[in-house]
Amino acid sequence: MLYVVIIFLWVSLLLYLVMGGADFGAGIIELFTSTQNKSRTRRIMYNAIGPIWEANHMWLIIAIVILFVGFPTIYATMSTYLHIPLTVMLLGIIARGTALTFRNYDAVHDNMQKLYNKIFVYSSFITPLFLGIIAGSAVSGRIDLQANNFADAYLYSWFNWFSVAIGFFTASLCGFLAAIYLIGETHDDTERRSFIRKARIMNVAAVLSGAVVFIASTKENIPLVQWVFGNFIGIAAVSLATISLILLWYLISRGKRYIIRVLAGFQMTMILFTTTYRHYPRIVILKNGGYLSLIDHRGADKTIYALGMALLVGSVFILPALFYLIWSFRKKDGTADALQH
Amino acid sequence: MAARSQMALSLGFHIIFSCIGMVMPFFMAVSHFLWLRKGEQVYQNITRAWSKGVAIFFATGAVSGTVLSFELGLLWPTFMKHAGPIFGMPFSLEGTAFFIEAIALGFYLYGWKRFNRWFHWVTGLVVGISGLTSGILVVAANSWMNSPTGFELVNGSYINIDPIKAMFNPAWFSQALHMCIAAFAATGFAVAGVHALMVWRRRNVDFHMRSFKIAAIFGVIAALLQPISGDISAKMVAKRQPAKLAAMEAHFKTEPYSPLILGGIPDEKNRKVNYAIELPGMLSFLVYDNFKTPVKGLDQIPQQDHPPVTVTHFAFQIMVGLGMAMMALGVIYLLAIWKKRNWFNKGWFLKLFIAATPIGFIAVEAGWTVTEVGRQPWIIQGVMRTADAVTPMPGIHYSFYLFTVVYFTLSIVVIFLLYRQIKMVPVIYDVKPKKLHTN
Repeated sequence: MLYVVIIFLWVSLLLYLVMGGADFGAGIIELFTSTQNKSRTRRIMYNAIGPIWEANHMWLIIAIVILFVGFPTIYATMSTYLHIPLTVMLLGIIARGTALTFRNYDAVHDNMQKLYNKIFVYSSFITPLFLGIIAGSAVSGRIDLQANNFADAYLYSWFNWFSVAIGFFTASLCGFLAAIYLIGETHDDTERRSFIRKARIMNVAAVLSGAVVFIASTKENIPLVQWVFGNFIGIAAVSLATISLILLWYLISRGKRYIIRVLAGFQMTMILFTTTYRHYPRIVILKNGGYLSLIDHRGADKTIYALGMALLVGSVFILPALFYLIWSFRKKDGTADALQH
Repeated sequence: MAARSQMALSLGFHIIFSCIGMVMPFFMAVSHFLWLRKGEQVYQNITRAWSKGVAIFFATGAVSGTVLSFELGLLWPTFMKHAGPIFGMPFSLEGTAFFIEAIALGFYLYGWKRFNRWFHWVTGLVVGISGLTSGILVVAANSWMNSPTGFELVNGSYINIDPIKAMFNPAWFSQALHMCIAAFAATGFAVAGVHALMVWRRRNVDFHMRSFKIAAIFGVIAALLQPISGDISAKMVAKRQPAKLAAMEAHFKTEPYSPLILGGIPDEKNRKVNYAIELPGMLSFLVYDNFKTPVKGLDQIPQQDHPPVTVTHFAFQIMVGLGMAMMALGVIYLLAIWKKRNWFNKGWFLKLFIAATPIGFIAVEAGWTVTEVGRQPWIIQGVMRTADAVTPMPGIHYSFYLFTVVYFTLSIVVIFLLYRQIKMVPVIYDVKPKKLHTN
């Protein structure tokens, strides 16, 4: 049952990264879109994510609940030492979610819309940035349980080159995902070309920030190169991701819409896999060389069992309904309908 | 202290957002049902208007809930480290219920004209039912803090953990029932009040009058049922948390024929209540069903385990007082339905309900204050003290200020949005009002 729970944890993180990431990415793209194209970008985006965005945060909540029910020590340590970036991320989530709802449900359309948009795009950028920072900090070995001053314990635990670089890497991945996703939602050639260009920019940004992550890791003495390339599986995953990326660009030029989404999702899976595989089951690495492990720091057996059952039963209810939701809105293009709902 | 304030603030807001988010779908389903059965356009308009309200509150409730799931750890890491595996069960189920709610809401909001009419209606109902289920589960988690079960504490470590037993702790039923009815009463009166205001101002009378009637009947029935669940809750508190009951009642002295103390200003130092009305024997009667059995007072509880008496007592009095007021309104409303139909158009009748708009939520906040402050100094009754659970990080008060600003901004924006929704009613929903009502 422990493994069921761990798989759920990993899958919900992945789904949050992919689906939530595409969501955030839409805001990031909007942030970097020239003013005259903004409203068009926004319209396409809203039609695409409107019906399912409410569901996306659930993946994060599920991951958090799994952590605090099943692995309370890990949850408690992270939320103590990464208090500040978690708080910033939370504020981002609040601002983003509410701004998106408000701009859709404000009955009057006036200047308030501009304010909602501004909040929306900036928080769309900040949230994944800090999500990445948190993920980076967990493995950067900067969490210092023996720290005796504020800065060491609560600031440098996350404020370092490596974590921040991972933050930017995450944000550009989100932008990339969104651009790829939205290519499939466009209606004419101009729109399509503009999203392909955005996808290319985000791709370059992801590669560059990825390179910065590696540079930062050597600067901070984190054996990232060895983690990723030090074994066969890591190399294989990275190669697969690279091959699929080449394939993806080839298919885009051939005008494919949906298969490229699968490929982009596959790349995310490979990235998350490579970054977690070598650490498993140690998900938090501490400064003193110790670590927190999903195996050693798990909760009571009965709890893990009940949690696993709850997750399994829950997915029986949730997954079919979720697929039906997505499918029924895919089935026919209800653009006009969704706009005036 | 800052951590407690921040938690109180977050929960205080979340409780409002989520109450409305879990009750309004039922109003929506009723008017939707009426539309499907009677085919009157006005009911569809009401349904659509309310569904936007639901969407706004759902989104804000969802984000404030996400925030809370993090804040538990950000503010109370020690508590979560030990309690997480024990009382986390309802949270993991709540995740499921909430997910279903989100999915159903997606179907509902975007499903007009896309699905079979009754399927669409059912998705709306599912929003309400799953919302209510998450509410019950979260309250079950809270009730565990009041009546911890499902584990043994041996030499500081928590062993023999049984999360199922912890979820069905002795207090879960009474607390969940009390909270659900309260949510219906508070939301019913709040929504009814807003529509009453619009009727009183003679705006879209037909639209607002029908909305008012649907919301009010929910509020009225809930308000009239609440004393029963209140009684069950009070007996549970007396059994499990005598200190809390004593603080609620400002009951300092253990004696036979324990009096029920109404109003008054507790003087914690001299252990007495000034300016209060005392009804001898009534407290004994309410707790034990006879006038004689003494009810445990604060004098039998060690000083270091006393909750803040004044706050708890005042909050309790406010809750009960407003509950009584809502019951009185309920009686008036039922009279209006049975005997005096012309009251509906009377200014005083509408004004009563307009005045009652916030009282349900004030009562909810007061009741929540009773249960949380009344449990102090414990975070887990009799097991862990709040002071031992708080995060070691200094400077939490800055975080508190920050969240205060955020929450206040959020509520101002929500109110602003609802105001605009209501203002736009004539434009969006009242295209052909003359055809609809002929009276």
